Amino acid sequence: MTTALDDERRIRRIAFSQKLSHWDVKISPYLYISPFFILFTVTGLFPLLYTAYVSVHEWHLIGGEGDFVGLDNFSFVLQQPQFWIALRNTFSIFLLSMIPQVTFALVIAAVLNENLRAKTFWRMGVLLPYIVAPVAVTLIFSNMFGDQYGLVNNLLGQAGIAPVQWHSQELPSHVAIATMVNFRWTGYTALILLAGMQAIPRDLYEAASIDGASKPRQFFSITIPQLRPTLIFVIVTSTIGGLQIFDEPRLYDQYGQGGANSQWMTITIYLYNLGWGQLNFGRAAAVAWLLFLIIVLIGLVNLAITRTIAASNDITATPRKSKTVQPRRQKVTA
Amino acid sequence: MTTQLTPERVEPHVGSAPSEQRRAIRQRPNRLANRQRPGFLTYGFLAAVILGSVFPLYWSFLIGSGDASTITRQDIVWWPGGNFLVNAASVLENESVNFWRAIGNSIIVSTVVAVSVVFFSTLSGYAFAKLRFRGKTGLLIFVIATMAVPTQLGIVPLFIAMSKLQLAGTLAAVILPAIVSAFGVFWMTQYFGQALPFELIEAARVDGASMIRTFWHVALPAARPAAAMLGLFIFISTWTNFFWPFIVLDRQNPTLPVALALLQSNYFVDYSVVLAGVILSTVPLLILFIVAGRQLVSGIMQGAVKG
Repeated sequence: MTTALDDERRIRRIAFSQKLSHWDVKISPYLYISPFFILFTVTGLFPLLYTAYVSVHEWHLIGGEGDFVGLDNFSFVLQQPQFWIALRNTFSIFLLSMIPQVTFALVIAAVLNENLRAKTFWRMGVLLPYIVAPVAVTLIFSNMFGDQYGLVNNLLGQAGIAPVQWHSQELPSHVAIATMVNFRWTGYTALILLAGMQAIPRDLYEAASIDGASKPRQFFSITIPQLRPTLIFVIVTSTIGGLQIFDEPRLYDQYGQGGANSQWMTITIYLYNLGWGQLNFGRAAAVAWLLFLIIVLIGLVNLAITRTIAASNDITATPRKSKTVQPRRQKVTA
Repeated sequence: MTTQLTPERVEPHVGSAPSEQRRAIRQRPNRLANRQRPGFLTYGFLAAVILGSVFPLYWSFLIGSGDASTITRQDIVWWPGGNFLVNAASVLENESVNFWRAIGNSIIVSTVVAVSVVFFSTLSGYAFAKLRFRGKTGLLIFVIATMAVPTQLGIVPLFIAMSKLQLAGTLAAVILPAIVSAFGVFWMTQYFGQALPFELIEAARVDGASMIRTFWHVALPAARPAAAMLGLFIFISTWTNFFWPFIVLDRQNPTLPVALALLQSNYFVDYSVVLAGVILSTVPLLILFIVAGRQLVSGIMQGAVKG
């Protein structure tokens, strides 16, 4: 009969399926990641690189690509007073939103880290503003901060304080816009910090309270230094987001130009006005690149500052830690 | 404080320990549960914080349920009026804003983007966390590095491309740039790294499952909690996104934030109508928050997300 032939066929079939399986193992990973990389290259990477190309060309919304102009767009933008005003406003709003936000979030996180009843309820409560769109937040707050009939000025009036020109004056408008940012993000930041706090070994606190350290002392000498990586993360991400601020200043009044005297015009509003107001894409692309460089620079500075501040406070040194080992060891012997 | 360890409890002589000391030691594993409950002040502080988070929404309902005169009154009104439905109707019937269309568009865009980001992120995250292939580390670092690049950097060419493709003004122009997310890939990679043991994958492979079957029947079910959280985040951030839809869409075909901006852009702003619109656009996410807020909280605490 044909048994020998059958065997040979079977062997070949097994060899073939092994080969298939081999290729399956080899190729599958690339198949799984390729949709992401292909789509990302088209929709993410290409526009990033192409911005550089646009920024060194004369380029208008109607006419399209024009001549190569080198760095002319950059030097034009850098010579505009508007650009520097926008830069100053952006930084002012950014600092007014980040510093109080992180400080207050630290306090909220410390309180949430107590042994609370109904933990989830409180955590959800502080997160609530996060689901309100920035556009919606802005519309609400720009009403509350109205110059004439706003709630805030009404309350100030009842307390006998003269009304503040929240829209027409520079610093008050920055405060109002920063308040919107803080309203939406403080609870969110607090939850991130809370997660960081929960990862700190409780033994450190026990050792500190044996040594007679007060609660505030424990907060500054244990919590803050131990939170360093989380703090760096929070500060870096809010720098990236904060310097691009657009929604809030754009909708702070109905004209969207950042105020009659550019009181609260930010970099991204300036970018938008160049690109979609003056229809000059070359210059808008140049602003996009400048903003990117500024963000990278500030990110690095932030990183350096956060490191030094947190490091100088760190007194959670070894002698205290060694004491905390004791109870554990005894648990075993008991 | 009940949680504080007195020196006696820390250093008992094990051999001759009196029984009560032993009990104290044995109870140590429970000490977290026995931590002292915070006092009245703590709850008062938290209640004040939550009041602060709710108040702007309440205020917006207050104005949104009044009439135009509510805003210009000198004394402050603390209770809602009866005009909410009237104001909501004038939002929905406003012909220059297309609010109904905006609601539909926001639902479509947010759902499509959330589903596609979750799908592609799960697939790549699984490969990055659990499969071996050449160039893996480099590619993963690349993914993480792109997360730090601001979105604004790409909008000019993106707009040029969408205009050339005749897509400006369509929902596709909003959806396409968002269908994959480096953050999503990073998130799923981290989750698979912790939550899916290699043994499970190997067991499936030994049983003769192909790579894709292993992914489908082993990895995908394991990824469900993380995928749900990622989907929730992407849904919310797409729903609330303004900058790019504002640039690429027009007033005939807006998403909700764009429609809200249009409501305000008239020469005379009637805040009772604008803030009624704010309430209308926030209610869907409010419902989502009540249903899934718990997951949102644990998602933020696990992944430390911002976006």
